[in-house]
Amino acid sequence: MHAIAEKIQEKFPAGFLNAQEWRGDLAITVKREALHDVCTYLRRDPDMDCDYFVHVSSVDWPDDEERFEVVYEVYSIRKRHRIRIKTRVPEHDCIVDSMTDLWYGADFMEREVFDMMGIRFRNHPDLRRILMPDDYTEGYPLRKDFPVQGKGWRDSFDFLQDPN
Amino acid sequence: MKLEDQRTTVYKVDPDHPETESLPTLRTEELLLNMGPQHPSTHGVLKVILELEGERLVKSTPVMGFLHRGVEKLAEGGTYHQFIPHTDRLDYVCAMYNNFAYCRAIEKLMDITVPDRAEYLRTIVAEVQRIIGHLFWLGTQALDIGAMTVFFYTFRDREILLDWFDELCGARLTTSWYRIGGVEKDFTPSLFEKLKKFLEYFPPKIDEYVIFLEKNRIWLARTRGVAVISAEDALSFGLSGPTLRGSGVDYDLRKYEPYSAYPRCEFSVPVGKNGDTYDRYWIRVEEIRESLKIVTQCLEQIEPGPILADVPSVTLPPKDRVFTNLESMIQQFKLFSQGFEAPAGEIYCGTEAHKGELGFYIVSTGGGNPYRLKIRAPSFIHMGAFDFMSRGYMIADAITLFGSYDIVMGECDR
Repeated sequence: MHAIAEKIQEKFPAGFLNAQEWRGDLAITVKREALHDVCTYLRRDPDMDCDYFVHVSSVDWPDDEERFEVVYEVYSIRKRHRIRIKTRVPEHDCIVDSMTDLWYGADFMEREVFDMMGIRFRNHPDLRRILMPDDYTEGYPLRKDFPVQGKGWRDSFDFLQDPN
Repeated sequence: MKLEDQRTTVYKVDPDHPETESLPTLRTEELLLNMGPQHPSTHGVLKVILELEGERLVKSTPVMGFLHRGVEKLAEGGTYHQFIPHTDRLDYVCAMYNNFAYCRAIEKLMDITVPDRAEYLRTIVAEVQRIIGHLFWLGTQALDIGAMTVFFYTFRDREILLDWFDELCGARLTTSWYRIGGVEKDFTPSLFEKLKKFLEYFPPKIDEYVIFLEKNRIWLARTRGVAVISAEDALSFGLSGPTLRGSGVDYDLRKYEPYSAYPRCEFSVPVGKNGDTYDRYWIRVEEIRESLKIVTQCLEQIEPGPILADVPSVTLPPKDRVFTNLESMIQQFKLFSQGFEAPAGEIYCGTEAHKGELGFYIVSTGGGNPYRLKIRAPSFIHMGAFDFMSRGYMIADAITLFGSYDIVMGECDR
């Protein structure tokens, strides 16, 4: 196992689930409860020193019990390592701790995840829709049960009738 | 949305302050001003709600999504090859680099090695695209701030390169020239010749722009010390590219995680000191010079060879064989209609585009389509820092700040 993954497992034996290394990327899956602690460790510990916030993403796995996956990717400018932290949340309780207190960039990126996938972030200062309209009520577009062509609201537009 | 919802801070006179008694009782309130969605210097369709105290910015709330087309959702429905033209439409003024970033991500997913000649061709075109991007930025930024002449000069030279793109792939902006595993077409001798001519013609022109701007007191007053961000904050926001390097962090993926032909070229990464708009401008101008160096070196080092990796299960057959050979035609048809079988797994691949780190996070569960494709768009992430960086500056500096990110809304909203 990767040295960083070993350290995290050692530090958070209860929260650590598994670590994967594929094509040179390190991905660590942790329990939802431990996510914020693990990220705090990555941010503050001098050995980890992950000061650069790369992206937040989310994946929908409709067949799984814990349906949504939240993905954080961070990078250390000084140590030059890239770490991906993942966690799973069930649909009926899709909320994770926000990382806005650790990285400023989490603000907009978590808002995008909320907008696109409907995952909520605890302690986020301004959790509103960001790309979709503010009054959009038809759901979350990147979920797998959302049709690619939209929910059909275009069909309900009133078009002008051809006078001829 | 109600306007009240966007007002999070209310500034009031401190009642305990000793001078409060002597203050005249004036009614003060913040002024809300909508900038955009239709504004010439928002480079697309973007609205910012500016909260003003006099002429100072107290808070600014970007309202985005006017150009949201659901590109990430569309990707899930198509094959990997079919997504390349979509990447053109992300940052539509610099399509080549988006193609490059995407193709690199898929090559990482499929574990494909690109032939040497293709790597050089890719690097040359990517750097030409970087020059185009920075010229576009320089012209529009100067125009926004009030120096109009530079705009005409940079666009004149940008036009030469766009015509060069036209000859290369038949399109000026939406190019789709990169392919998974290589490139679509090799350079013709005329393209080499034109590029060499440009390399001779162009360097004195950079000095011309610089003279226009560095002796311009308005330009200096409006860029020096405006929109300053410290290195630590910039990293925390996830800023990248010249916006981050202006703050003194030498984070450049071409050096940190070398790819393509960059490790075989000698070039330096300009880094700023003050983190203000002027440093970001200076870095971009220096990067144009570095790009010219890289292109020159690539032209010297390039050797004949294949331009597409030979992995028939993934890469497209050569175009001339498609029209003359039945098997190649079937291969082309199958690759476009069904796609190739990708292994299950997930990758993140970042590429140093001229705006910053353009990354693709791809989750595959096997099969021909990506299960999830996330685009890490630098423009979007830079907008996250807009409020933080604009606070306390004059209202006119909001335009400067915008420009200094080099923002394109197609990429921001995706």
